[in-house]
Amino acid sequence: MVRLTYLTALTTLLGYVVFFVFGFLRDLFRELFDWSKSDDLRGYAPICPPFEDFYTRRIYHRIQDCFARPIASAPDAWIDVVERYSNDNNKTLHRSSTASRCLNLGSYNYLGFAAGDEYCTPRVIESLKKYAPTACSARADAGTTRLHVELEELIARFVGKPAAITFGMGYVTNSSIIPVLVGEGGLIISDSFNHNSIVSGARASGATVHVFRHNSPSHLEEVLREQIVKGRQPGTHRPWRKILVIVEGIYSMEGEFCKLPEIVAICKKYKAYIYLDEAHSIGAVGKSGRGVCELLGVDPADIDIMMGTFTKSFGSCGGYIAASEEIIRYLKHACPAHLYATSMSPAAVQQVISAIKVVLGEDGSNRGAKKLAQIREGSNYFRSELKKMGFVVLGDNDSPVMAIMLYNLAKLPAFSRACLRQNVAVVTVGYPATPVLLARARICISASHTREDLNKGLKVISEVGGLVGAKCLPAEPEKTAAVDKLKRLKTWRKVSSIMFAAAFTAVIICSVVAAVVAAPPVAAALAAAASIPIPAGKWIDSLLKGYQDALERQKGILNSMRVGTDLTLKDLDIIQVLVDKLEIQIHSLLDASDFSLRDEDAVRFGIEEIRKKLEEFMKSVDSLDQQADRCNRDIRRARTVVLQKIIRHPN
Amino acid sequence: MASAVMNMTTAALDWVSVAFDAPLARAVVFGVHIDGHLVVEVLLVAVILFQLTRKSYKPPKKPLTEKEIDDLCEEWVPEPLHPSISEDMKAEPPTLESAAGPHTIIDGKEVVNFASANYLGLIGNEKIIDSCVSSLEKYGVGSCGPRGFYGTIDVHLDCEERIAKFMGTPDSILYSYGISTIFSVIPAFCKKGDIIVADEGVHWGVQNGLHLSRSTVVYFKHNDMKSLENTLEKLTRGNKQAEKIRRYIVVEAVYQNSGQIAPLDEIVQLKEKYHFRVILDESHSFGVLGNSGRGLAEYYGVPVEKIDIITAGMGNALATDGGFCTGSVRVVDHQRLSSSGYVFSASLPPFLASAAVSAVNYLEGNPSVLTSLRSNIALLWKGLSDVPGLTIGSHPLSPIVFLKLKKSTGSSKGDLELLNNIADRMLKEDSVFIVSTKRSVLDKCRLPVGIRLFVSAGHSESDIRKVSDSLRRVATTTLAEHL
Repeated sequence: MVRLTYLTALTTLLGYVVFFVFGFLRDLFRELFDWSKSDDLRGYAPICPPFEDFYTRRIYHRIQDCFARPIASAPDAWIDVVERYSNDNNKTLHRSSTASRCLNLGSYNYLGFAAGDEYCTPRVIESLKKYAPTACSARADAGTTRLHVELEELIARFVGKPAAITFGMGYVTNSSIIPVLVGEGGLIISDSFNHNSIVSGARASGATVHVFRHNSPSHLEEVLREQIVKGRQPGTHRPWRKILVIVEGIYSMEGEFCKLPEIVAICKKYKAYIYLDEAHSIGAVGKSGRGVCELLGVDPADIDIMMGTFTKSFGSCGGYIAASEEIIRYLKHACPAHLYATSMSPAAVQQVISAIKVVLGEDGSNRGAKKLAQIREGSNYFRSELKKMGFVVLGDNDSPVMAIMLYNLAKLPAFSRACLRQNVAVVTVGYPATPVLLARARICISASHTREDLNKGLKVISEVGGLVGAKCLPAEPEKTAAVDKLKRLKTWRKVSSIMFAAAFTAVIICSVVAAVVAAPPVAAALAAAASIPIPAGKWIDSLLKGYQDALERQKGILNSMRVGTDLTLKDLDIIQVLVDKLEIQIHSLLDASDFSLRDEDAVRFGIEEIRKKLEEFMKSVDSLDQQADRCNRDIRRARTVVLQKIIRHPN
Repeated sequence: MASAVMNMTTAALDWVSVAFDAPLARAVVFGVHIDGHLVVEVLLVAVILFQLTRKSYKPPKKPLTEKEIDDLCEEWVPEPLHPSISEDMKAEPPTLESAAGPHTIIDGKEVVNFASANYLGLIGNEKIIDSCVSSLEKYGVGSCGPRGFYGTIDVHLDCEERIAKFMGTPDSILYSYGISTIFSVIPAFCKKGDIIVADEGVHWGVQNGLHLSRSTVVYFKHNDMKSLENTLEKLTRGNKQAEKIRRYIVVEAVYQNSGQIAPLDEIVQLKEKYHFRVILDESHSFGVLGNSGRGLAEYYGVPVEKIDIITAGMGNALATDGGFCTGSVRVVDHQRLSSSGYVFSASLPPFLASAAVSAVNYLEGNPSVLTSLRSNIALLWKGLSDVPGLTIGSHPLSPIVFLKLKKSTGSSKGDLELLNNIADRMLKEDSVFIVSTKRSVLDKCRLPVGIRLFVSAGHSESDIRKVSDSLRRVATTTLAEHL
């Protein structure tokens, strides 16, 4: 998950406040001086919703040169980014005739099929000539060609489901299939980070939608239990007709894998259907490219609906649904995108067929396996290097998508422009594609990146990251540990002084209590002595005896308390010793690192020394931990006893 | 009797008031006379306060135990994901073995194709294919990214400029799929609380857009301007709030569910009178209507600026894929950040954008293609005038010639069965490929179903004669009982 400190959140929000204040001011002046130029006709409400309009004009337009940069080449490892200029403060951008060659870390070209391919391209051109760019008709009318049928069989075989259906656009696949599967009276439980197409599909379905915390199977289970027991259809108040859980294989803005095995187990347990969107994972991960199911060891048979797109790994366009024969049959009968939308372009279909054949090794070479190995190694290398540099990097190992957290909106354009100046094209993402506070840069690794490409990317990102202050974690882990420990030491000092104070107070309280405890029997004795002549002596006697008993008991408790306090004090002594020892160790540690810094030749030796010291240091910290714990408990016990005494005392 | 009761009551009341007043009659506290009703009031206040301080009674709620929840979860049985598969769901469309031009190959047999909306006959056009091939060689197939993140390829911008120039609008924006265009555009501009007046015959894409916008949607009768005016009148009369909310009229230029053409001149008059904006879907009229194929506005001689938002799919006349929306710079710019189908989807494959540019170029260079399309439509109308059992329901200029049953069987399912029967027989016996309208379970359109013939400029006279002869022959036998 994303870690967001209060300070970062505050500065980020402050950034937005500055943007907004200036935006409002400019709007105010525009209204004052420029009122005649209003875009809206009289008698009409403004055509754009006010907030979105404001955001576009006053925030997005300032930084729009960082988005939608046109390219003049295939989106391969290196691209020609067309330079743009603006004559009106970035409000409109114009293309210039020059382009710069940049390393592409932004496109979803996972397997490197974006550019021409020796196996795919000739086949695509042949299909284009044979079948034309389109059939001008829906799949259910005249849009089904031989190629469509072949692709559906191939994709079903590839993902391991009995049947499949394809559509011309990934977004439409999600947004038109979900309403066919679940309607009113159904419940959709969706991951909170799901893609907009799923949100749109869920909204179009008319079903009730609940969201579970991103990638949290336990929260999913909680929601499921609650909904099965208490959830009711609006209107009829019957239990839900069916529940569909929708998750993604790789979350595209985070690069995280879905916790599929756990989620599948929970869905099975509660009889919910599961819909897996593999837009980014199909072809890109898994031993043979079959997506997250293969990677995480989930049987595709356990997943009711498998969705994916061809835009990313296969370098084409469109999407598919793979499921049981019956479901596909029903979708072909009922899905509007199948019945009304223009069928997928035959050339794009051929591209997918050829790309899958390469991945499966059916083209007679081992290029597919090589590509898969390349993307895995490249991604893991890039991710580990980024982490070493001190960036906050989201995403799991093996995932080709990684997000570098920038947080501040103002850092987006700074990062993006600085990278572009050094010929590296990265994608920066802010609101509305991410939550407001979590702006980030996103890297997509491709199989077509060579190690030199990746090294160049890393070098530039490291430089730029330092420049814009994106390295939120201190670099080099060894030093990190030392500084961290030093901090912890300070905390311990504070803790120990607090403990001293607490113990001291406890002792004082004890003595006060003792005084109080001692006082009443004296008074009672005086009273008894004074009242001897009175006939009711027996009663006084028993009273006296009761007091004496109480006194005895209290004395016992006080004794045990004193022992406890002694123990505490002894513990504290031990802690003090340990803290001293720690301090000495830290000093030697810092000396060692100073030494290592001074003398470059001795760096390795120094680091070795530091590591050894660190181990020892860790051990003492651990024992210190235990001591403190025990001490803490003792003090708490002592305090409880004292308080009880004060409260319960007979007087 | 009654007076006795009355007397007794008065006596009792007197006694009560005396009893209350007597002991305190002279009691004065701080200048306040303490008498009977004060005592009662104080008592009353005391009772109220007492009641107020009491805890309200709640039936004790016992939370379900884990075991009970487990049992309930065990008991719950969900419905299956799909309804049971009936025989009619198993029908498969024919598989094409060549390009879907005016003539295509199905099952190894050459057939005349009236099922593709290839209005200008651009499928198989050499120039377009050449531009696609060179684009493929330069840019690859897919764009591998949404427009915002390096998925913008220079041909996309060229295509946007070309379409805007052709339509005479300031700017335009490309979408990667025809059907997603309209259902992304509507929610980008219409929000909760806005009013949309839409034709009841709009296709599913528009319906979905209306639903996703969460606006208040009011339908008017299919292509009926009287009904539209009444609706607008009703919505605006006496409604002072109406000025502050966005109001839209959503219509299709050529309705793909009926082949009717929307009377734009009247719509523009009404829109100006009632201060509505117009969203026009030109999927089946762009490149077809008007002297140079600029669509409905050109056909009616309405300045294109009067229409606020125009959308169209490019999978018909332009014989490529994707869609576009065109209008003022503000309208287009707004979509670049707020239209979900644009922002969250990979962009159009560059070769399809090149195809669109070449298609528009071709249309501008060869306006004669529109004349042959129009004469083909007229010819088909003539040929179909005497088909028994079927009647033409479309506009004489619509490239979709829509045939509906003269006498419905009473259910659209029964009608569809009949029509599918005709289509199947025509394909098998006469090698003529036509299709009936399809209705998804999600489609709320209630217009009658029918047969849709997509006329192309590429059809020859003999093709048209063939389809009308075949239709007449098959309809005579199939619809014998439904005349």
